[in-house]
Amino acid sequence: MFSLKTAWRFLRSGKGQTILILAGIAIGISVQVFIGLLIQGLQTTLIDTTIGSNSQVTVGTEENYGEIEDWENIVHRINQNVDGIRFISPTLTLPSFISIDDETESTLFRGFDLERGSEIYKFDQNLVEGSLPEEKGEVIVGIGMRDNLGLILGDSLNLFNFQGQSGDVTVVGFVDFKITMLNDSWIISNLPTAQEVFDRNDTVTAIEIQVERVFDADLIGEEIDLLFGGNYVVTNWKEENQELLSGLRGQDISSIMIQVFVVIAVVLGIASVLAISVIQRSKQIGILKAMGVNDGMARNIFLYQGLILGLLGGILGVSLGLTITYLFTLFATNPDGSPVVAISMNYQFVILSFVIAVVASTSAALIPARRSSRLEPIEVIRNG
Amino acid sequence: MDKILTLKNINKVYGTKIKTQVLFDLNLSFEPGSFNSIIGQSGSGKSTLLNIMGTLDRPTEGIVEIMGKNTVEMSKRDLAELRNKSLGFVFQFHYLLPEFTAMENILLPVMMQNKGVSQEVKKRAEELMEIVGIEKVKNNKANDMSGGQQQRTAIARALMNRPKLILADEPTGNLDSEATDNIYQLLKEINEKYRSTFIVITHDKKIAERTDRVIELRDGKIHLDLLR
Repeated sequence: MFSLKTAWRFLRSGKGQTILILAGIAIGISVQVFIGLLIQGLQTTLIDTTIGSNSQVTVGTEENYGEIEDWENIVHRINQNVDGIRFISPTLTLPSFISIDDETESTLFRGFDLERGSEIYKFDQNLVEGSLPEEKGEVIVGIGMRDNLGLILGDSLNLFNFQGQSGDVTVVGFVDFKITMLNDSWIISNLPTAQEVFDRNDTVTAIEIQVERVFDADLIGEEIDLLFGGNYVVTNWKEENQELLSGLRGQDISSIMIQVFVVIAVVLGIASVLAISVIQRSKQIGILKAMGVNDGMARNIFLYQGLILGLLGGILGVSLGLTITYLFTLFATNPDGSPVVAISMNYQFVILSFVIAVVASTSAALIPARRSSRLEPIEVIRNG
Repeated sequence: MDKILTLKNINKVYGTKIKTQVLFDLNLSFEPGSFNSIIGQSGSGKSTLLNIMGTLDRPTEGIVEIMGKNTVEMSKRDLAELRNKSLGFVFQFHYLLPEFTAMENILLPVMMQNKGVSQEVKKRAEELMEIVGIEKVKNNKANDMSGGQQQRTAIARALMNRPKLILADEPTGNLDSEATDNIYQLLKEINEKYRSTFIVITHDKKIAERTDRVIELRDGKIHLDLLR
């Protein structure tokens, strides 16, 4: 208690110094909080736009678009045995062509269980015109294809493939996937329609999955692969998006680097100010030791100063960092008023930043504390 | 009665490459409750001797026994406790902590025991302040007092834990002659009232003459040991 009280007194009596050092910690930690949250926000936005509306783990066959017959059983077994699955949707994907008037266009004709498919591809939310297919023979089409071919609701399309199979479907809606490639080539129907047009039995070509934690996609993929003993080909977004992944990793590393250097700067700042403070107060420490303060207590006086500075600086820094982040989302906005980077609150990260502030300041106090512990009272008394 | 402090064959050498011997084979012992003075020219080794007596410095050779305990073999931690409980120091410079008030400075030796300050302890501190005559400035920070008041506060602080042995190194070195007289009067009164042992360094022969025993050091050796 004596050490704590003395630490507090020393900090209070050196007000200017204390305020400077607190400002240093607060600014450092606020930068750390802001940069951390900003980059996390950037990553979330990036991941969401790239793979948020896409299959993250796909169960397919060796052969491209090969048939899977017992798909219902597969879906059931995955649901039963694998944790961390968010959505699971069987799909029948059929590469095909359409001809309208004299034009022929290659397309990807995809049959979904529309309710489950919507969970991944958000057909309902992305529908810009018309309605979702309800009856057999009804399809919705990407807006890119609509514009290219000048389609309107109610148009009839003739679909055919290399095997010479063909069939007609009716356009009942247009959908905007926000990805040009999909908008230009996808034709969506329910499963029975897709199966019937090209004479398929009750089969699908793939089972598409979204997972709870996107970065666990490879692990979940492996788990599923094991579950079926390698009978199916299981792919995940990570192996198909190496560039995105290394981009994200690069961001992670640079974010950590920035945070580490900020913390190092804070630690050096505290250590140097406290080191000066030990020299300034060596007279006091010497006399306290002459009066019976032992080395441990003398050390604790400075450790407590570090701890107090860390606690106060951490509180200030976190508050400042959150304020800057809030102002950033308020003022750095797109023309439509939405923030440039959608930042979400990560309590764990903020608490971690606070803990780092406290641990860093306390450890920064270690060197001055050691000096204080080793100071011999006779040095002070002999030299006045 | 047992001696409160005994020095046996004390040698003190400074420096490792160029050795300077400051104290030569000193043997001294002090009676409990006595008022002793050490005189000598500057450089005679008085302060070194006092620091060794107070366990602030270690002798190169020899034994320092305080109340029968050999302090040369004690750990730093035990020495700190011994100094806190049994020794009181008054230096030429007051060494008050400027971050604390007069009252708090006096309470420091109790506060550093981490026991909390009881009403009884507070009463004792106030009593001491009255004895040394600084009750008016009890809430002043150390730097808001006159030189005499600061030194009086330092004396009250040295007495706080009722030490058996009080070591003073030119306690009035920075004070004018009137203040000097007052302080010695005060030390004498405390010596008589609490029966604490005083060992005081001074260069003022007039003051030394008023003490029970005068020890004169010359070139690190005892030149004179006069008992009244």
